[in-house]
Amino acid sequence: MRLTAARARRAMGWVYAAPTALIVGVLFLAPLVLVVWMSLHRWPLLGKAAFNAPANYLKIPDNPLFLDSVVFTLKYTMITTVLLSAVALGLALLVQERRPGVAFFRTAFFLPGAVGFAAAALLFYGMLNNDFGPIDPLLRAVGLIDEPVKWIGTPDMALFSTIALVVWRFAGFNMLILLTGLQAIQVEVYEAARSDGAGRWQIFTRITLPLLRPTLALMLILSVTGSLLAFDQFFIFTNGGPDNSTVSMVMVVYREAFFRFDLGGAAALSVVLLVALVGVNALMMRRLR
Amino acid sequence: MMRRYTTLSALAVLFLFPLVWSGWASFEDPSNYLEMARFGEGVGTYATNSVLVSAMTVAGTLVVSALGGYAFARFDFPGRNLLFLATLAILMVPYATILIPLYVLLGYLGLQNSLAGLSLVFVMFQLPFALFMMRNAFEAVPRELEEAAMVDGCGTFLAFLRVLLPAVRPALVTVGLFAFLASWNDFFAPLILLNDGASFTLPVAVVSMTQQTFGAIDYGMLQAGVMVMALPCLILFVVLQRHYVRGFMSGALRG
Repeated sequence: MRLTAARARRAMGWVYAAPTALIVGVLFLAPLVLVVWMSLHRWPLLGKAAFNAPANYLKIPDNPLFLDSVVFTLKYTMITTVLLSAVALGLALLVQERRPGVAFFRTAFFLPGAVGFAAAALLFYGMLNNDFGPIDPLLRAVGLIDEPVKWIGTPDMALFSTIALVVWRFAGFNMLILLTGLQAIQVEVYEAARSDGAGRWQIFTRITLPLLRPTLALMLILSVTGSLLAFDQFFIFTNGGPDNSTVSMVMVVYREAFFRFDLGGAAALSVVLLVALVGVNALMMRRLR
Repeated sequence: MMRRYTTLSALAVLFLFPLVWSGWASFEDPSNYLEMARFGEGVGTYATNSVLVSAMTVAGTLVVSALGGYAFARFDFPGRNLLFLATLAILMVPYATILIPLYVLLGYLGLQNSLAGLSLVFVMFQLPFALFMMRNAFEAVPRELEEAAMVDGCGTFLAFLRVLLPAVRPALVTVGLFAFLASWNDFFAPLILLNDGASFTLPVAVVSMTQQTFGAIDYGMLQAGVMVMALPCLILFVVLQRHYVRGFMSGALRG
């Protein structure tokens, strides 16, 4: 009797878990298998698929746009991660202690993070426009420039402007992550250090940074994986230009699928990205934790 | 002390300036909003699509993660750990790499170019965070509470509905808020999964507005579009900030 009751309860568990299982199975595990399957086929956007392995993989080295995008994406990831971490850490240290008004500043720094990334990109697109936006007139008024700046018109400036957009949009988000880590550090630790005569800089390098390590690691992982997958900012803001100088890896996958109508090729690129990113993730977790 | 506040104020101006400017640029000539409303299929259509997708995503995420969280917190069933790991694995697999097969898969299911299909995909991406939150919330509720209800003759489901769900309301709000922000703001998934202008959500519609009219962009109208997209999120965030930060603190966040 007890046994059947226990069995009934186990079955009950499955009933409640069934929607989760269905979603995970159909919308996550199945596409994971399908992307590998597709990568082994000539798979046009319209029309029939045909097995052609390993052609989709063999042609990857011949795709100069993809190779360039790998270099560009790595460069973008490095610069963004360093800048974003520095700004976020600075903000977090500034609003770390509870004081009057600090809640307002925390909200102010995070607020761009509530705005969708697409909306943020369009906002910057207007703000940096030479005729419409306020940035050129402002810089001209304070005498920093005397002619319009090509904010997204040259490869270097396009990268710089995109990074400014990303830092604005994500600094508050990363600040929140760091704040959770800072708040976990016991006040007594600081007090003990201070009574031992440690200065501000010593406290920062000897206590704050080491104790913040796990949180910093989490922020770095999120920033690196997020940047390696960059798409919205380049699709919307720079449109990959000028001269394909800001084409990210995911953008190449998108173009392969929906401009060149080659879903098989896009799937092969996806598999390569997937394996590489899971590898980077695993490596970072091992090194940073 | 004074210097710190000066620095903070200067930084706050820097962070808030773009939002204030966008609002000002869009309202400077209110006809921006009228033009915006007439663009393409009409902003009403796109806003309705966005509202529908977000509502379906929030509802779907809440239902699936509440039931699943209950299962993981209170029942021991075969395959329990495997299913939990598989759900968390969604975090490990980069979002962008499974959108192409999802596009094909939704075609097989007759859900290509459908707002319901897009919502299901959003529910899937939200699931690791949501399930984790809900499981922890249910585990924090004392078992005696539902046992008392069951002694009074409630089955597990009634105990779940009447006792557990009210007890985890804060977690439900957090999960719902994250699901709303993610689905309302996402650009890449609707760009790939929707291919008919009439079914576009706001981000895709407004971006296509800039890209179609290349060379002659109406920047004032563009900022009106930005405001239509951003204002609901800004308001919701300011009102529910506590719940957002709570979600963060639980450590289960997704970049």
